[in-house]
Amino acid sequence: MTDIIIDQTPPILHNPSDKEKKYDRQLRLWAASGQQALEDAHILLLNSGSGAVGIETLKNLVLPGIGKFTIADEAIVDEADLGVNFFLEESSLGKLRSECCTKLLQELNPDVKGDWFPHEQGETLEHLFGSEQRFTLIMYTLPIEPKKVDLIHKHASKHKIPVISIHSAGFYSYFRIRLPGNFPIVETHPDSTATTDLRLLTPWPELLQFTESLTENIENQSALEHGHIPYVALLLHYLGKWKDIHGSLPATYKEKTAFRDTVAAGARRDNPEGGEENFDEAVAAVLKTTSLPTLPSSVKEVFDYSPSDVRIGTQITREPMLMDYQNQMEASSSFWIIAGAVKQFYTKHGALPLAGSVPDMKAQSTVYVKLQNIYKAKARQDAAEVLKIVRTHPSGKDIPEAEVETFCKNAAFIKVIRGTDTAPLNIQDIANKEFDSDENAALASMPLSLFPIYISLNATSHVAFASSSDILTAISKSIPNAASNSRLVQAAEEVARAKGGELHNISALTGGMAAQEVIKIITKQYIPIDNTCVFDELLDLEAVMRRILEMKGRESYIGGGVAGPDILRSTASA
Amino acid sequence: MSQPVMVSGPISPPKSKNSRWTYLDNVRRHPGPFTGETFNSSEEAVSLMDNLKVLVIGAGGLGCEILKNLALSGFKQIHVIDMDTIDVSNLNRQFLFRASDVGSSKAEVAARFVEKRVRGVSITPHNCKIQDKDDDFYMQFNIIVCGLDSVEARRWINSTLVNLVDDENEDSLKPLIDGGTEGFKGQSRVVFPTITSCIECQLDMHAPRAAVPLCTLATIPRQPEHCVEWAHIIAWEQENPFPTLDNDDPEHITWLYKKALARAQEFNIQGVTYSLTQGVVKNIIPAIASTNAIIAASCCNEAFKIATQTNPSLGMAENYMYYTGNDGIYSYTFEHLKKDDCPVCGNLARDIEVDPNFTLQEFIDSLAERAEAQLKKPSIRADRTLYMQSPPSLEEQTRPNLVKKMGELVGNGDEIGVTDPSLGAVNFKYKVKFSREFRGAVVKENID
Repeated sequence: MTDIIIDQTPPILHNPSDKEKKYDRQLRLWAASGQQALEDAHILLLNSGSGAVGIETLKNLVLPGIGKFTIADEAIVDEADLGVNFFLEESSLGKLRSECCTKLLQELNPDVKGDWFPHEQGETLEHLFGSEQRFTLIMYTLPIEPKKVDLIHKHASKHKIPVISIHSAGFYSYFRIRLPGNFPIVETHPDSTATTDLRLLTPWPELLQFTESLTENIENQSALEHGHIPYVALLLHYLGKWKDIHGSLPATYKEKTAFRDTVAAGARRDNPEGGEENFDEAVAAVLKTTSLPTLPSSVKEVFDYSPSDVRIGTQITREPMLMDYQNQMEASSSFWIIAGAVKQFYTKHGALPLAGSVPDMKAQSTVYVKLQNIYKAKARQDAAEVLKIVRTHPSGKDIPEAEVETFCKNAAFIKVIRGTDTAPLNIQDIANKEFDSDENAALASMPLSLFPIYISLNATSHVAFASSSDILTAISKSIPNAASNSRLVQAAEEVARAKGGELHNISALTGGMAAQEVIKIITKQYIPIDNTCVFDELLDLEAVMRRILEMKGRESYIGGGVAGPDILRSTASA
Repeated sequence: MSQPVMVSGPISPPKSKNSRWTYLDNVRRHPGPFTGETFNSSEEAVSLMDNLKVLVIGAGGLGCEILKNLALSGFKQIHVIDMDTIDVSNLNRQFLFRASDVGSSKAEVAARFVEKRVRGVSITPHNCKIQDKDDDFYMQFNIIVCGLDSVEARRWINSTLVNLVDDENEDSLKPLIDGGTEGFKGQSRVVFPTITSCIECQLDMHAPRAAVPLCTLATIPRQPEHCVEWAHIIAWEQENPFPTLDNDDPEHITWLYKKALARAQEFNIQGVTYSLTQGVVKNIIPAIASTNAIIAASCCNEAFKIATQTNPSLGMAENYMYYTGNDGIYSYTFEHLKKDDCPVCGNLARDIEVDPNFTLQEFIDSLAERAEAQLKKPSIRADRTLYMQSPPSLEEQTRPNLVKKMGELVGNGDEIGVTDPSLGAVNFKYKVKFSREFRGAVVKENID
């Protein structure tokens, strides 16, 4: 189930505003804070090629209400555009594509500002990037002239702007995200089932008192009382008894199942229902709640990384001076300051700050609310301790308390996505890895790598149309014997078949995926991909299915070189 | 170190002069490395698409996308059916509608818009319920694409299409393509009725949310949702502030919100808001444009491939695609197997566990919650009629059975038939398996 946000601000008896009504279905996902981030955003699209996929992406961003968009595109609308692009009409023929698309996209949402480029003939990208306006994110579509790509990346890297490149041709597409530096996320929206953290093995005095008050004389309680002891108290009660007998808490699987049996034996069965719901809940929760929480790997990664570590030789594209500066900037950002404080907290207590939420369970209303308050008080206490550490940091004085609280609440699920280098990929390395792992994948009837699609599309990054032999010739310069690899040949043939033309469905689908990623990056909520998504629409002959894969930037620095992508198989067996 | 090498040349794609469908024809008129033997790249084969009739069910978030995609995939004869009118909360994703369209028929506005935008496509709107149309209506289509938000409607069209299949007439087999979304997640699936796993076979993958027991709402609320449900189910019944509850009337929602808020304050429960009240009462599922775009395009791509054979489609083997964008991007496609005991497309009776000590009423209530049944107004027949929801005379006649124990009414291993008016003529066949011993007939005084 999707994690749905419940607004915790004190309720005011007013009907929702017009904006709240219009955006109701999305505010339930990213709340007012995410919406504000979208409304503050200005997105630039450099449109190129057959020109539909970028517009489809923008459509999905104009609808939820980004602040402003600009389309840069010098193409003149022709007949073929009308067959693939929904945001053009008969009267657009012969006109500037950027202007026509801007106007029709703007109709979708009067709250969004739209602009196009060039306004006058002869204006170039240098003019656009030389102007005062700052973009929140830049998207460009392929194929595109290499000099434009250079300009985009120079501008983006200077102003630390995320860039997304998108290529859609025929039944294939991919998009690639380049984040300028590390990208931390606090509100990752884990599944609600994953967030239960009751600390039953390390209870604190208030929780134990609460348990005692409810389980005193448990044998002689009335049916009503006995049947409404919340399962948290039941488990703590029986854990205490277990410890009295065995000297320690149940640790092994065997002990835990034996413990579960003793909990189950506590239920009264001589009633019409033949059991008690609260005991059923307790029994079901035993295995989940009797393990000490381990530090999630993504949090460990955050703890292990310090922005002040200058990793010489890994970022050859940047000037050392600039790198130091960026490092300082990063180190003094509130995320890293709070992360450092949480790490100190963790080192001291062996646990992360408590999130403080309690799942629903059978209980009397007053008892349940009391239990909630015990957890909330502990969470507040933990957050206050973290805040105290934050305040000792030279730049920690101005960090809002609410930001620290949000961080503590989400501490187990924070995540950092490492920035992407813009330096070229080492294609041969990737190819070797991918084809090697394909040999195993084939044996395990796992889906094969989508690398052939990526490399074939990529070969046409700067050209509208190429024959399959042209594509293979280009590829074979970095991958020897490309022409004898049947999967590369097929991918090249399928790319050649499209002749650089988009299919609307594939571009609409790719535009949907890219827009989801843009929203995640701008709102800093949910988790964006790291860093390339390849879409294979086809039923592959050897493999089993259509797949979407992530190409993930890895920390494999070879001889001062660059990070090589590793293609992760994100598919699972049915 | 090697670097990617690219082909060089001009940037603009080559086009045959003045041809609107250049890009579509690149794949329709040319085979690729994966096209099957049934692919025909002739001009005649391409023009066959002009006469294919596609029915789009739902003109909402998915429906708007589907209509756009089909029109730009070369389909010329499209019908769309939707009974809803446009609401302001649709405008964040249903891009064929403007603020000035609020209150108008979704099907009509959507059809008019796409017809105007894409030359040469004909879109016929039907502003009604799918249940208002008969078999002859559905028989005219070649492909059905659904963008629905209700399980009931999906089950109804699914069973209708399964019943339509006539072995003597190959045109009676209508591929059904279905999409659904929730937040950043979604799924699309292809059904070849009677041949592959149908919506009913897959019902247990979409289990309903467990209902909160009435006694929790009435006596021991703990969550803000409990307070809203109390206002919705109990307070409204008692006080009847307006003749009938209209979920779309802000005045009604405000009344429920105030009631829920007062109850929450009484029990010290935090978190009741207008938005939460509306969400619970209307069972709102978060919805965004981008997810709709992904799922609708995936559905239409399958429709395009089924119609053109330009590449292998989902359906005969893999038939279900799941997508989530919550944490990175994750997607997988698999084959959901047809069930021989599917009440709609199978022919075997399905085992159903029955507690013989349950009353018929309790059994009927449990059918609504069982993931594989989800029947809200079932009528039950064994060797005789046990309970009929309608007509009123039969309902009255069979009502006394509701308090009888199942063990009195049926025997272990008996077959029972269940029908539900919302699902059309489907007869769910179940074989009763007693889950425990029958403790004997009920004594009236013991009824709780």
